[in-house]
Amino acid sequence: MSLPPEVDVVVIGAGPAGLAAATTLASVASVLVLDRENCAGGIPRHCGHYPFGFREFHRLMKGPDYAKKLVDRAVKAGVRVATGVNVVELEPGPRVGVTSNAGRSHIRSKLVLIATGVRESSRAQRLIGGDKPGGILPTGALQGMVYLEGRRPFRRPVILGTELVSFSAIMTCGHAGIRPVAMIEPNPTVTARWPTGIYPWLKGIPLHLSTDIKRIEGRSWVERVVLEGPAGETVVETDGVIVSGRFLPEATLLHGSHIERDPATGGPVVDSYGRCTDPAYFAAGNVLRPVETAGWSWAEGRAVGKAMCLALENALPARETPRLNLVGDALAWAIPQHVGTGAEAALDRLQLRVTRPVRGRLSMRVNGVEVASRRISTRPERRITLPLPHRSGSVEIVLEEE
Amino acid sequence: MTASAPALSGLFDVAIIGAGVVGCALARRFTLAGARVAVVERAADILDGASKANSAILHTGFDAPPGSLEQACIAQGYEEYLRIHPKLGLPLVSSGALVVAWTAEEEAALPSLVAQAQENGVTDVEMLSHSAMRDAEPGLGPGARSAFRVPREYLIDPWSAPFAYMLQAIENGAKLLRGAEVVGGRHEGHWVLETTRGTVSASLVVNAAGLWGDVLDERLIGRRDFSIRPRKGQFVVYDKSAAALAAHIILPVPNKVTKGVVVCRTAFGNLLVGPTAEDQEEREHATLVPETLEQLRKRGAEILPGLGAHAVTAIYAGLRPATEFKDFQIRSHEGRNYITVGGIRSTGLSAALGIAAHVERLAGLTLDAPSTPVWPTVSNISEYAPRDWEVPGHGGVVCHCEMVTRREVLAALDGPLPARSLAGLKRRTRVTMGRCQGFFCSAELASITAGRLEHDMADRIE
Repeated sequence: MSLPPEVDVVVIGAGPAGLAAATTLASVASVLVLDRENCAGGIPRHCGHYPFGFREFHRLMKGPDYAKKLVDRAVKAGVRVATGVNVVELEPGPRVGVTSNAGRSHIRSKLVLIATGVRESSRAQRLIGGDKPGGILPTGALQGMVYLEGRRPFRRPVILGTELVSFSAIMTCGHAGIRPVAMIEPNPTVTARWPTGIYPWLKGIPLHLSTDIKRIEGRSWVERVVLEGPAGETVVETDGVIVSGRFLPEATLLHGSHIERDPATGGPVVDSYGRCTDPAYFAAGNVLRPVETAGWSWAEGRAVGKAMCLALENALPARETPRLNLVGDALAWAIPQHVGTGAEAALDRLQLRVTRPVRGRLSMRVNGVEVASRRISTRPERRITLPLPHRSGSVEIVLEEE
Repeated sequence: MTASAPALSGLFDVAIIGAGVVGCALARRFTLAGARVAVVERAADILDGASKANSAILHTGFDAPPGSLEQACIAQGYEEYLRIHPKLGLPLVSSGALVVAWTAEEEAALPSLVAQAQENGVTDVEMLSHSAMRDAEPGLGPGARSAFRVPREYLIDPWSAPFAYMLQAIENGAKLLRGAEVVGGRHEGHWVLETTRGTVSASLVVNAAGLWGDVLDERLIGRRDFSIRPRKGQFVVYDKSAAALAAHIILPVPNKVTKGVVVCRTAFGNLLVGPTAEDQEEREHATLVPETLEQLRKRGAEILPGLGAHAVTAIYAGLRPATEFKDFQIRSHEGRNYITVGGIRSTGLSAALGIAAHVERLAGLTLDAPSTPVWPTVSNISEYAPRDWEVPGHGGVVCHCEMVTRREVLAALDGPLPARSLAGLKRRTRVTMGRCQGFFCSAELASITAGRLEHDMADRIE
């Protein structure tokens, strides 16, 4: 399959955000979606369980069915989807460099959308001690093995983390006849919202709060983990470790490119239209931040797709430069980093997260004047939003903890 | 279990115990000299002991003790690597090294180190003024006082190099027996080694068993001239984005125990900080300790303050086979046709080819070298040379972080020296060794490798 040398819009990533944007753009432009996997659909394709699709299709679907429906809809709208294609460089122009089985080439376009999603952070990034045997996997790898390849890497693993994806890991295990022997959370509370917090008990999986993995042991394969918790050290015999959650944008392409990256999110710096610091590049979905649901990413892709339609007609306002400032060390990140006034914005509200469990008062100030506030009591990974300001100026987000 | 039937038939000229970097270099050297060579390795794949973790530097040996065997082997190994690397397709990344003093005491030691380098024949070292040091490495932390430069230190691929040595040995007739532990042996005119997979007979035995060298000596010749005292080294590997922070290998001023914490790029385009030097009894496990890794990160950020903003890609730990002696422990045991090659500590990668030449001289075999030896080339996986993904027909990229293609993975599972463990496959291809540590590629890899490794990554769901 040969790739065209030129199209109107290149979309990088065939997940919910990329496909939604592409479908929206297809009515006004030639759109080519590139995905490095051999099949389009993104992460939902790897999640053979519910619940997907309620926002988009008003019914509950399993991940692969949902992914297929998104792909079908894009193709029907006239989008061209090319899989097995790795984008290896982003250049001004815009022009992207790619490689596929056919070798290297370049594709020129008027606009590019970066929708490359997220991945979980690894055992190495978390500096978990011990040996380096086989059997230590992120949830994403487990789901790929179970749902895409029909394989099972272990029988009785421990799960590190209590984010939504950690519960998705339990469901994935259930599908494959894998029985997790422990769920481990360093914080004193479960990260995901109730009622998922009771899910481990429903499945008979002991939940260890305020506990961390001190050491993984095993020579060629995991044999046990040593936990450190309120009761001191305990040893759990196990044959695998699922290192779940703590997502990071898969923004490798931005390294060494001319597009500015926000160290706080790990993704590109964007304005309220999803525009990057090179206005020919846009971004949508989880590459913007860790992490949102598939439905949220889909809606975001559609909204940024609409903004890109306007950009193709030169009908978008010029890029606004005031940069958001965060005040309070518990604030992890906020997007969009460059805030406009909110008129016809694609990212129609400020999205924030915290670094640790906090209670307090969250406020927004424009040129030093408070324009919005709310009380929050929240934990890491949980969604926090604020309306975009109605007037322009320098914007500060302030968290005063109780 | 000991099988008494031959695992490899016939009488070999040389049996080498251990397929680490030294064993691989020995196999190549003896084979190219015309010997019939058998290599016996305990693990499922080569390079599974001390050789699996090091700083991946080709050292000049400028700081080795003058007149030592170690210095001589490094110097000769270095020269030979420079000579043969293009023929084997092995990378050589020019970086040079800066030895940086961070205290007044270290600063005072620099002139004697420069003199030592001169004595070791590394005559192009140069003292840098403070401003020249800053120009050479603008990213150095404010604590850096002064430095000298060693221009011809290089970054190499620590696994492709010994892999290529062993591959060349095999392609020229050597036999490799993996998954075979030597449990005993007798010398009766010739050696009969008993392994867990059967016997191997050879005229000469070379013990290159690394972390088990003293144990093997005791098993085979009933004595030990040294004791292995494993020295653990932990490393932190940073994202490829950090590689731009340092052009040179940043070396500390060495003390008596260790060369100290190094910060350098890797041939794979990352940046590493390490190793630590921690003595331990344990020979099998090199345990990663979070607190120590945190200290390494902190030390790394003192050396290169920009490092704080970069993500960690990987963590690893290795064991160096240190002994109670400072120098390498290489000796021929008269009348026994047995040579011990022990105590090859942190400089084994640089010294291996030189050690092999030295051992060949010690062996003094009279052989007919093949007139036209085979020179296989290995697939480049260094970031600093063209990669397979750039060439059409690669079958798609499997590992997206390290850009490893399906063609590369399949090739590493095939051929005369196929990977037999996931670790071995990683060392041959870098698959799963990047930023995501297998998030994206593990599933596909589990299917590609099914039935081909000693331990499948996953079994089929019935």
